[in-house]
Parts: sequence; C-alpha cells; structure tokens
Amino acid sequence: MNVVAKTETGRALGDAFALVSDRLPGGGKIADQRRQAFEAYERAGLPHRRIEDWKYTDLRALMREVLPLAPAPDVAALNRAAAVVKKQAIDGVRRLVLVDGAFAPDLSDLGNLDKGLSIRPLREVLDAGDGTLSAQAFASDNSNPMIALNGAMATDGVVIEIADGTVLTKPLHIVHVASSAAPAAMFTRSLLRLGRDTGATLVESYFAAEGTKAYQAHDGLIVAIGDNARLDHIRLVEDGSDAFNISSATITLGAHAHFNTFAMTTGAHLSRYQLTVTCAGEGSKVETNGVNLINGKQHADTTLFMDHAVPHCDSREIFRAVVDDRAHSVFQGRIIVRPDAQKTDAKMMTRALLLSDEAEADNKPELEIFADDVTCGHGATTGALDESLLFYMRARGLPEKEAQALLIQAFVGEAIETIVSDALREVAIAAARRWLEARA
Amino acid sequence: MPAVQETVERVRRIDVDQYRYGFETLIESDKAPKGLSEDTVRFISAKKNEPAWMLEWRLEAFRRWLTMTEPSWARVHYPKIDYQDLYYYSAPKPKKTVNSLDEIDPDILKTYEKLGIPLREVEVLEGVVRPEGERRIAVDAVFDSVSVATTFQKELKAAGVIFMPISEAIREHPELVKKYLGTVVPTTDNYFATLNSAVFSDGSFVYVPPGVRCPMELSTYFRINERNTGQFERTLIIADKGSYVSYLEGCTAPQRDENQLHAAVVELVTHDDAEIKYSTVQNWYPGNSEGKGGIYNFVTKRGDCRGRNSKISWTQVETGSAITWKYPSCILRGDNSSGEFYSIAISNGYQQVDSGTKMIHLGKNTSSRIISKGIAAGKSQNTYRGLVSAHRKATGARNYTACDSLLIGDQCGAHTVPYVEAKNSSATFEHEATTSKISEDVLFYCVQRGLSQEEAVGLVVNGFVKDVLQQLPMEFAVEAQKLISISLEGSVG
Repeated sequence: MNVVAKTETGRALGDAFALVSDRLPGGGKIADQRRQAFEAYERAGLPHRRIEDWKYTDLRALMREVLPLAPAPDVAALNRAAAVVKKQAIDGVRRLVLVDGAFAPDLSDLGNLDKGLSIRPLREVLDAGDGTLSAQAFASDNSNPMIALNGAMATDGVVIEIADGTVLTKPLHIVHVASSAAPAAMFTRSLLRLGRDTGATLVESYFAAEGTKAYQAHDGLIVAIGDNARLDHIRLVEDGSDAFNISSATITLGAHAHFNTFAMTTGAHLSRYQLTVTCAGEGSKVETNGVNLINGKQHADTTLFMDHAVPHCDSREIFRAVVDDRAHSVFQGRIIVRPDAQKTDAKMMTRALLLSDEAEADNKPELEIFADDVTCGHGATTGALDESLLFYMRARGLPEKEAQALLIQAFVGEAIETIVSDALREVAIAAARRWLEARA
Repeated sequence: MPAVQETVERVRRIDVDQYRYGFETLIESDKAPKGLSEDTVRFISAKKNEPAWMLEWRLEAFRRWLTMTEPSWARVHYPKIDYQDLYYYSAPKPKKTVNSLDEIDPDILKTYEKLGIPLREVEVLEGVVRPEGERRIAVDAVFDSVSVATTFQKELKAAGVIFMPISEAIREHPELVKKYLGTVVPTTDNYFATLNSAVFSDGSFVYVPPGVRCPMELSTYFRINERNTGQFERTLIIADKGSYVSYLEGCTAPQRDENQLHAAVVELVTHDDAEIKYSTVQNWYPGNSEGKGGIYNFVTKRGDCRGRNSKISWTQVETGSAITWKYPSCILRGDNSSGEFYSIAISNGYQQVDSGTKMIHLGKNTSSRIISKGIAAGKSQNTYRGLVSAHRKATGARNYTACDSLLIGDQCGAHTVPYVEAKNSSATFEHEATTSKISEDVLFYCVQRGLSQEEAVGLVVNGFVKDVLQQLPMEFAVEAQKLISISLEGSVG
C-alpha cells in the first residue's frame, strides 16, 4: 500500500473535508460511504506517474492540490452564470444547470416533462434518503482516487430517471458552469437511469462565467442503460484556459442496448476524462468517439475502459487528437474481453496529429483478451500534416493556415460525423471551428 | 468426428510434459554457499580471478540492489522469490586444467550432444572437406554458471574477432570491458539487471573490430543443470565501425518441480555503419501440465545504436519458461540508425509471457520496425508490451508496429499493451494489433484434404509466424519451426 507523507495541502484537504462534511447532503449511510471514499482517497493521495493509469497525467506535478470547496453560488454568481448560459445555449434542448456544484433551478428547464421522465437534484434525493437511488449514486468503487474523492465531496448533481418505454422528445443538456469569484473546486455527481425500451440524448457542457479563473471541476456521471434502450451522449469541454477538469463516467449497458458517445475537449488547462463502459447484457452495442483539439500548454487526457463482460457485443472506438504549440494529448484505451464474452467484436483506432515540434501525443491502446472466439483489433498512428497535400492546396491559392484548417477538419471529421443528431453534430462542428479560427 | 477423438487420445498420451530437453546431467559441481550477501559477490569475483575494479563494480550493484523493490507492473503472477534460497554460483567441478575440448568432462559434452549443439569441431579436426558456402557456427557453451567451451577460437582470432567467455575478457581485455560494460544497461537499471550486475558469473563477450564482417555465426548455448541455482549470465557484444556480426542464443534446462531463476543481461553496442543481428531461441523448461516448476526468465536485453547508420536487429522465438519477462530494446541514438524486433512468443500450459520491445528514437531519421506474433494456448497468458517513443530532436523518426495474437482454446488470454509516445511532429508512427482465433473454415478445409487436426493447426501457425521465421538464420529457423509444433502439441481438441 502506498503510504504517502501528508503534504501541507493534503492536511488542508483532510481538514476541509471535516469542515464541509455537514454541508454535504445525505446523512447516515451516505455519510459513512463518503467517509470511506475520502479515506480511500487519502490513502492514495493525488495520483502520480508511478501509478500505471496515471503515467502520462501526473496530478501531483500538474495539479498539485485540490482547491477548497466552492461556496454555494450567490446572486451575483448566478447572474454571471445566467449570462454565459444564455450565450452558450443550444436550441431545442432541456437545460439542467449546475452552478459551482449546485443545481440552479431558475436557470434550468423543468417544465412540461415528458411522461415517464423524472429529474431531481442529487441533493434533494440524498436528503430525502431514497435508499436505492443513493446506493446507485455511490456504487462506484473507490480504487480510483479521483472517483473516490468525487464521491466523498459531491455536493449536488442531477438524478434523471426515464421509465420503461419512454422515448424523450428533447435532448437533455447538463450544463456545468463555474462562476465563483475566488479559485475553488466543485464536485458534482449525476445519475441517469434509462429503463427498458427507452431512448434519450444527453449533452454535457463545461464552461466558465466571465471573470472566473483557476477553478477545478470534478464531475462524475453514472449511467445505467436498460435492455433495448438507446442513449446518445455528447460531451463538450470548453472550460477556461486555466481550469482543471477531472471527470469520470461509468456506463452499464443491458441486453441489446445501444450507447453512442462523443467527447470533445477544446478547453481547460488540464483535463482528464475517465470513461468506463461495461457491456453487461448480450447483444449490446457501443460507439465511443472523441476529439481533442488543444494548444498552448494544455494537457488533455482521455482514458477509456471498455469492458466486454458478456458475449455478442460490439464496440467501436475512434479517437482523434490535434495538438499544437506545447500541448500534450493523452489517449489510453483499454478493451477487455472477459472469459465468457465470446463473439465479441471490438475495434479501436486512435490517431494523433502534431502541429508543432514541441507538442506531445501519447497513445496507449490496450487489448486484454480472455476469450478465443473474438475479433479484436486496435490501431494507432502519430504524424504531422501531409506536406504534399498542403502543397497541393497552396499551389491552388489557399493560404497556409486555411489549408491546414481544411486538413484538420477532415482529420477530426471522421469522429465528429458519428454524432447522430444533425443539430448536435452542428454544435460540435461549431466548437471545432471556433478552435480553428482562434488558431488562425 | 473420429479424427478429433483420435487427437484427444493422442494429446492425452503426450500431455504437455513432452519437454525434450528435460534430462539432468549428473556431474559434480562446485557451488557457492546458498544465499546472497556481499560474501557471495566476493566469492564469485574471487572464483573468477577478477581484478579489484570488477569486484568494486559488483559490490556497488549489490548495495544498490538491496535498496530496490521487485517490479510488479508486468502481467505475470508468481509466488515471492526467496533470494536467499538460491545458489548464485555453480560450476562443473574441474578435474584438471582444460587445454582442449577432449579434456572437458565427457558428461557435459554428451549433454550438449543430446541437445544437438555442435561443440566439437569434428569435421575440422578430421579434415572433412566441407561443401563450398556452407555456414559454420562458433559456439560458446555456458553450463550453469560458467562457460565450458568456446569453439573456432583460432579462426576467429585470425579475423580479429574476440569471442570468449566474459570472465576471460575481464582478465584479457579489461580496457574493452571497462569501456562498455554497464553503459547500455547501467547497474542501476532495474531490479533484475542490478541483481545480475552483482552476481553474474559468465556469459559471452564479442568484439568485432572496424570493417570486419564476422566470418561465421557466433552462438551461445545456455544450460541450467544444477538444482536450486539461478543463472545470471551477461553478454556484451560490440560491433565497431562498419562491422557486422550475427549472434545466436539458445537455452534449455532440466525438468524440475521447483522454479529456477534466470536473470540475464545482454548489452549490444553498434558504432557507425555497424550491424548486429541477435537471434534467440528460448526453450527453458516451461513447467509441467499443472504449471508446476519451470524457469522464471527475467531478462534485460538492450542494444545501443551509437553510431550513424548503425543497425540492431532482435529476433526471438520464445517457447519456454514458466514466466517470461523480457523486452529487447533499441536505443536509436545515431542519426539514420535503425532497430528491428521480430518476435514469436508461444505459450501453452500455465505459461505466462510478458514480452515486447522498446524503440527509443533519439537521433535524426531513425527508423524502427516491430513484428510480434503471440500465440496463446492451454491456460496461458501472453502479453505484448512495447514502447515506441520519439524525443524532441528525433526529427523524421519512423516506426511501424504490427502485433498479431492467435488464441487457441478458450482458457487462455492474449493481451496487447503498446505505449506510443511522440514528442516530435515529424515522427510518423503506425501501430496495429489484431487478435483472433484460427478460422474454423481454414481448419475444415485442411482436415477435409486429409491433414490431421494438429497438422492443420501446425500449418496455420507456421503461416502466421512466417514473417518472423524468415528473419532467423537457417539452422535456427528449422529448429524453431519444430519447436513451435512441439510447443503447441496438446493444444487442440
């Protein structure tokens, strides 16, 4: 066991946990679970490069400390948040806003809920002592220190339940806004349960209000997709340039369920997205796709764990990284095929494009296979823009930056195109375009 | 199907315990006291008549080793090794001073004969006329801890090639050993390499002078014979400017119920325009069908392409060992240097393999190529773990990696863990990996045309590993092919 000498910040965090523990929702059993989670985190401390899973993202060196818990947003903070939410609004979605780790009902759209759809803030669920839901919200294991910390500190989130047979008409949009005036950390955890034969689209965005600097967003998402259900998931990280975003998502699929997810990171100084997908029902299908568009000194890490626990499931992963300046992109993708998971078909492709000599891209696609009747493969490539293609376009009168932008668009396009909804695909394309324009 | 029934019965008869090299040779041996301490290190050094600097070097490594912890990141599981319960030095008891091969203990010679190793330069001695162009191989045979015979010394000397046990080289060519030993795998490198630095007893030393193409293949044959011994050999090969050498290595051990430790270090150095081709057929005892016994093979192999346009090529056929932990690597330091890694790793029974390579691109326009074929059968676990990295100044670095795994049976596991790190935009890296089982259609086709199930599997597997087998020197390729079919016997049905 790693015994870590407590640093100043480590002690401070321990004290902080003791201090804030009465501010955290849920008593009794939940409080016990929080304490266990916090102890698990304390034993490990901030992950560092000697831990295999964190080899490329050394939080001890890069993040150094966990900031104090953000205070509940005041009126000014809510107003700042309202302004940015309005600016970043996506049409035709049901918006659920979390400001500084607290659900903001006034900014959210809770009217006219579809029949079979229930949305409640996590705080309310925990305080009401709903045993089943609380148990699910805290079901994640504590072996990952950052998930443990998130469990210990989570102040709020949204709990969404979709009853059997319900197909939502509007996408759900969880918006995480940082609006605190002082540097702070926010901890949120959301729960999404899709019953049998349901269908839903979930969008998650992360951004900051004007003037908010150097914050930490620690988010957790727990999703259970019932038999024959389908979830489309889009995640856009557009956090401020000095923000930290450490998020985890744990997805479990029932039989013949379908999960399609797309994650794009253009913001945050440092981001780590840990996605765990488990095919727990036969015949389920998973498509996970992602794009990192980063520059400056950004560090973006996507760590994917695809668990094929039962036979006859398919998974496809497409990941693209475009890395400029001194940025550092990390992709770790592990596909595991359990002993009984025969007839698994899993493919993973990760490609990185380096635009500068100081950029770094690390790829670690893993296969771990315990069943023989499977088709599994992965590929990884790293390289620069093709000189001959650039030359071709420049010879036809395109300026260099424009030619580059065109090639980059084509490069990330393959991943973005997997978004099913036209409107949401446009949202992702617009975000990519904003990044390219800022570059030019 | 009756054919299948027949196979099942045959397999039952042969079982996995058909290791051909499992015999033990009863000879008296001279051993260091059991256990590991500074005294053991001094004992080994004294036995070898080593100069003081060498002893100091060993002791430094030993002290360092005491502060280190055994690595646990590899995907292998084994009970904790008691390092105090091993003999660190074992040598066949010398009857008298050996002047020629005839005076070597006939039992040892017989052992090597049984293994099919041509230790005696018979034809040469009897003046047999050899057909033009036939290749000859010079052999250095290491029995437990010491080198017992090195053949063709004279002819090699005429070409200026130094090929001798490293213990002799330490005495006869201290300047070369001092200059290169530990420069590729430093004594502080890793737990097993550090242990090896402290207690290594013998191994081969090769120096090929500038511009010389070594006139024959060089080969070392390692044999662990004694009970409870660890074998720690150390190989150092230096190819000076514009030279070329091809080196082969083979290993076997008797069948025993307890596990034995083999922790070797191999260091290769190539200067400008030089090339080393290093081939291994590793066939240590893999343990019986219940996973009892077998060799723990914890080996550090690394090549340093120091000069411009230099090249190092690793080819390995891994069929033996209970546990293999081995990552032959290339440090591509010189501009335009290139590294290659061709590997076949076969695991059956309860074997565990965690093997792969590292290609570290430091110089400009360096290139590397990795072809790895893993075959898992029985209840074995077979992992490819490989690193490809390009550093800031490694402009134009190029890598191509292909890892294919074949699963035979549903009790085994095949894993791929590549690390691809690019810190340079002009680096072009490609990696692909696939995992599959032998196609039923192909097997059916073969069986329908009169091949037995096992022959069909052999045919498919040999096709699967063909790319790598082609890289082996001819004599080894034939042996390797046979070895592959033996290793997989009992895996179908």
